[in-house]
This record gives sequence, C-alpha cells and structure tokens, in this order.
Amino acid sequence: MGSSCFTGAMEAVSSAVIKNKDLLTDLDRVIGDADHGINMSRGFEAVMKKLESTQPQDLQSGLKTVAMTLISTVGGASGPLYGTAFLRCSKAAEGASTVTAELAEKMFRAAIDGIESLGKASKGDKTMIDALEPAYAAFSEKMKQGGSLLECMESACGAANKGVEYTKTIPAKKGRASYLGERSIGHQDPGATSSAIILKALTDYCRTAGKE
Amino acid sequence: MVGLVIVSHSAKIAEGVRDLAAQMAGDEAKIIPAGGLENGEIGTDAVRIMEAIQKADSGDGVVVMADMGSSILSTKTAMAMLPDEMKGKVKIADAPIVEGSMGAAVCASGNAGLSEVISAAEEAKDMKKLQ
Repeated sequence: MGSSCFTGAMEAVSSAVIKNKDLLTDLDRVIGDADHGINMSRGFEAVMKKLESTQPQDLQSGLKTVAMTLISTVGGASGPLYGTAFLRCSKAAEGASTVTAELAEKMFRAAIDGIESLGKASKGDKTMIDALEPAYAAFSEKMKQGGSLLECMESACGAANKGVEYTKTIPAKKGRASYLGERSIGHQDPGATSSAIILKALTDYCRTAGKE
Repeated sequence: MVGLVIVSHSAKIAEGVRDLAAQMAGDEAKIIPAGGLENGEIGTDAVRIMEAIQKADSGDGVVVMADMGSSILSTKTAMAMLPDEMKGKVKIADAPIVEGSMGAAVCASGNAGLSEVISAAEEAKDMKKLQ
C-alpha cells in the first residue's frame, strides 16, 4: 500500500464513519452523552479535508497527519484515544512504504497499546478495547497460519463484531456510561462499534484495492 | 513562576476561570485558558492545550487544571506531545477546576514551586462551603 493507497484507505474509513454518524450518536444517546457520531464525523471530515490539501509524502507522515487532525478536531474522549492510536501506528510505520501483514500487525498492536495506556481500559470494561483486543488476537492467529493481509483483516473484522456483541452483555466501567453501571447492560458500546466500523472499512478497502 | 493552564470543554469556562484567578493572583501570573475547539464548539483539543502549556511555561513548570472526561485524556495526550525537556515539569492537578485554580494561582503568584502549587490546587477538594 503506497501513499495514494493510504489516502484511499483513509477516505474509505472517513466515509464509513461519516455514514454511521447517526448510528454512533444514537448508541451514545442511550448510555452516554449523545455525541460520539457527531464528534467522530467532525474529526474524519477534517481528516478528508486535510488529506485533500496535503498529499502525504509517506505512510508515516500520512498517519501522523491523521493523528494530529483527530486529536485537535474530534473534541471528545475518542479524539485523543483514536489520535494516539494513529500516532502509534505512525511511529510503527517508520521507514515503511508498503503495508504487509507483518507491518499491519505491528501497527495494530502499537495502536491498541496506545489506547490502553492513555485510557487505562482493559478487556471487559465495555470500551473500544472489547472490539480491538479480540480483533488483534484473530489477526495474529490468522497471520501465524500464513494468511494474507486481507485474510487477517477479515478475521479481525469478524472478531471485532463479536466483541461489539459482547459489550451488550456487560456493564460499563469507563467513561460517561459507567455512571449507569448495570443499567448499561443490553446496550452495545459506541466506541467498540466505531472501532469495528473502522476495521471493516479498512478491510473492504483492502479487498477492492486487491492489495495483499 | 509556575504557569497555569485552564482546560475545559467550554472556551467560556476556561476564560472565565482565568479571569477570576487572575483577579486574585495579579497581572504577573501566567494563566492560559485552553477551552473548546478552534471553531468555538464544545470539546477539548490536545493541540490547543499543548500550545497553552508551552505559552504558560517560563521555566518553572506548569500546572494544568481540567474539568472532566476528555479534558484529562486530551491533556495527557498534549503532555505526551511536548518536547522532552518540558515533559517532567508539567502536572495535572486532581482538583475542582474553579476552586482549585484560585488556590493554585494565588500560590503560584507567591513564587512557590511546582509541587506546592499542585498541593494548593488539591486542597480545594476538601474545602467546605457551608460550615
């Protein structure tokens, strides 16, 4: 995946997030403060605009641009969290020009570590981690079996969706939803949902671009 | 002098707290508001916060007063982006933003060190309003 592919992948992610603005906001209305979709879509609209005006030189600088844009435009907790994730991806991509399964795995791990160290969330807290950790485990497992980048991504997507379903069964321990405690059971987590949406958009892009 | 940065989801809150604290601490105090998003909407922006921290620092360090939720996460993100030489001398006070800022500003204006200013801010947690 070169730098034009990078822009294509980010456009795919941005349009998926923007398309799901109402879904994410509605999920957040039930157990949060009803701004997740609005915030995420504001952030990714800014990402699209930024990438139109500055063609990134390489993967590392492109990812850093995405990170800084999210950090300064999302406005809610998902801004620093996803921003830090992209910033860690950028560091992991230093010197790379193509996204291989190995690099994707390294970036994925770095992104999750960044989110966990900033948000102090772990599995079972009803956060984006409940989609991302199983997705990473599935990616890794498929890679060990010799899977292509696309196959690894598809495995990750399936596991992320199961993770989103799992968030319906547990009470929230982090963020605004934690005020609701047991009453948050039965509702899926908006952050886990946006993580699954981003992974699906990347996977779909990977499939149509035919890059493995 | 230890600088102060006031982080809130609302630009008006951050500026209002700055005004109130500056009135008590005097003109020399370095108190920089970092509230809301660039377009005036409600939210927090780690880049704005980072710039405010750099502006507030005159060499003696900076105490950040924040409201809740993403104010804390954005401040931590801002701190991670600071140049290495500044990283150790910027701290978030675990204190209510209005009352804590008053204590911190008064303490900082008396040329107290970073840990004293943090303590002054955090004392506000136990402040009784009705005796």
